[in-house]
Amino acid sequence: MLHNSLTKSYKKVRDTHITLAHGSGGKAMRDLIDNIFVNTFDNPILSQLEDQASLDLASLMQQGNRLALTTDSYVVDPLFFPGGDIGKLAINGTVNDLAVSGAKPLYLTCSVILEEGLSIEILQQVVTSMKIAANQAGVEIVTGDTKVVHRGAADKLFINTSGIGVIPSKFKISAYNIQPGDVVIINGHLGNHGAAILIARGELALDTNIESDCQPLNDLVATILNVCPQVHAMRDVTRGGLATVLNEFSLSSHVGIRLFEKSIPVREEVQGVCELLGLDPLYLANEGKLVIVVAKENAEKVLSAMKSHPMGYDACILGEVIDSPVGIVLLKTIFGTERIVDMLVGEQLPRIC
Amino acid sequence: MKYINEFRNPQKAEALLLEIKKLSQSLEKPIKIMEVCGGHTHSIFKYGIEELLPTNIELIHGPGCPVCIMPKGRLDDAISISQNPDVILTTFGDTMRVPGSKLSLLQAKAQGADIRMVYSPLDSLQIAKENPQKEVVFFGIGFETTAPSTAFTILQAAEENITNFSMFCNHVLVIPALAALLENPDLQLDGFIGPGHVSMVIGTELYQFISQDYHKPIVIAGFEPLDILQSIWMLLHQLLENRCQVENQYSRLVQPYGNKIALEAMNKVFEVREIFEWRGLGEIPNSGLKIKSIYSQFDAEVKFTIPNAKVLDHKACQCGEILKGVLKPWQCKVFGTACTPETPIGTCMVSSEGACAAYYKYGRFTQVFQNKSINQRVVIKNQ
Repeated sequence: MLHNSLTKSYKKVRDTHITLAHGSGGKAMRDLIDNIFVNTFDNPILSQLEDQASLDLASLMQQGNRLALTTDSYVVDPLFFPGGDIGKLAINGTVNDLAVSGAKPLYLTCSVILEEGLSIEILQQVVTSMKIAANQAGVEIVTGDTKVVHRGAADKLFINTSGIGVIPSKFKISAYNIQPGDVVIINGHLGNHGAAILIARGELALDTNIESDCQPLNDLVATILNVCPQVHAMRDVTRGGLATVLNEFSLSSHVGIRLFEKSIPVREEVQGVCELLGLDPLYLANEGKLVIVVAKENAEKVLSAMKSHPMGYDACILGEVIDSPVGIVLLKTIFGTERIVDMLVGEQLPRIC
Repeated sequence: MKYINEFRNPQKAEALLLEIKKLSQSLEKPIKIMEVCGGHTHSIFKYGIEELLPTNIELIHGPGCPVCIMPKGRLDDAISISQNPDVILTTFGDTMRVPGSKLSLLQAKAQGADIRMVYSPLDSLQIAKENPQKEVVFFGIGFETTAPSTAFTILQAAEENITNFSMFCNHVLVIPALAALLENPDLQLDGFIGPGHVSMVIGTELYQFISQDYHKPIVIAGFEPLDILQSIWMLLHQLLENRCQVENQYSRLVQPYGNKIALEAMNKVFEVREIFEWRGLGEIPNSGLKIKSIYSQFDAEVKFTIPNAKVLDHKACQCGEILKGVLKPWQCKVFGTACTPETPIGTCMVSSEGACAAYYKYGRFTQVFQNKSINQRVVIKNQ
């Protein structure tokens, strides 16, 4: 429900497209914020329309002993793609960054930069999608900001979301905690998001049914931590793919990691796109993948808990932690040979032949 | 995945390796086989094939990466074209990071040039249609593999009368490069794994001089691990039976006389340059393609003033020796220290098909770091 005093003041936005007036600080902006954001996000903290959200400390402190704070900006092109859109991504990305610390994600901010000329209908679709994603993840969007820039100064719509969550005292999850002998677990197929975006850009003129894996991981994380509070390290696998996360893990914890090529789950359609373009699915982006490092004795219970969850149905063990070479990720190929899986220097570029 | 998984079957690979090992025991001396094509180099490293082979079979990584052999001067020329405010330069993805003498295309783009990555040269025509006030220049590189598609693009541009499209042609030919390599006295090779994609276009007959004049066996090979292993097995048979023949392992795609339609398109549009500079290998006669004068309206070298400056390679860079197979990447003075994928000095370190980048990316631990520590790399290099 909106705050009573506000329901009187806002008028319907009659413009069909964003103009500079919507960022001016005047009535047009107020109408846009009320109509689109406050009305859609619909929660009592935001509806106060203060310059900040006031959160009750006592209730936060009951849930844990540390606050998790994260921020991320979303600039994906195209705004809508199979399996998601920039709004869903902006919620799930930030929720996932919080969740992998063991935190229960609670409150998010929403800052948008709008390009003059953006269709208000598109903005409404994105904001609605944010609301649906926030509901699914169980978080509230409690404060925000709107800026409008001249046509050409931004690409349609950029979103920044920051989020806070509370970490229960029993969880000590960190990239620095990994031990030789640990096993590496993933919750499903790699590269769906990266491949879906490549296809959605339309430059390849390929027709596939690949969908982004964009999803909130907090419930899956809670399920895992419920059976195994002693998870050593956990990350959501996003830009740079699994290879990048594991390289960071190996550097932080001064260990080596060995992946088993035969265990790496990649959908055939995604593999096909990679074959065609000379890309490696280990470096493709994901938006709903979780990599977990646990002690070997905990692996089976974590795995079975994950498999019982819809977002971890395809979970599997795909690697092990070794004491050397330190700071290096190795891949045991299907032929039994070993090679390095290095960090990418820049963006993966398609090979020409 | 059909036509892929079958050629990555570990059990079949094991059986082939067993045969290779048996045959290798009959070799009188260790042998060196060059895989010409960068695509093969990439597969060999990706699957760790070198590690599987008996120690008396050595693979030498040849000059068949079109990105690696592009001289700095030609990149500078492409960058110079792109810096014209009325130009949109289009190119394949992996040319973006190749360093010219001052900038790469990626850096030129950041400095304001309109440079766009395309997946097919035909995409450039679409961009040209969408931007009639701009000149769209396709920076065409590659062997006979990519040359037909650029030839078709020019033919289509002519048919549709697209006047704001041209191409900066840097296509190269594999046969003259192989001939130049075989003339090199430093080179001690026992056989070749021939390029599969190029041969799909040019066929197998053009390689006969390698067996007839230079008495080396060559097997045209596909790019999957089993293709490569089978071609090594075929080469071993030839060597042990004292045969020097052109054989075709990649018969599922390669025909003796190639692809007629592709060759016709190339012949219509291109003619051979008298001389073309190859990075690391120097000038090789008749080794490049240029656009025929009847299509000069699509030739960026006619439309634009090109600096055409020769740029010497960095003194410390030994890409030339590596491309000829005389040195292994880690034997280069700057490998892994001054020259890394982040700061490539030579082009072999740029493309993932370059031998140095492949060793650095996939193999620097297994090949160089016997002591199992990243920090000991410098120590090993200094020894």
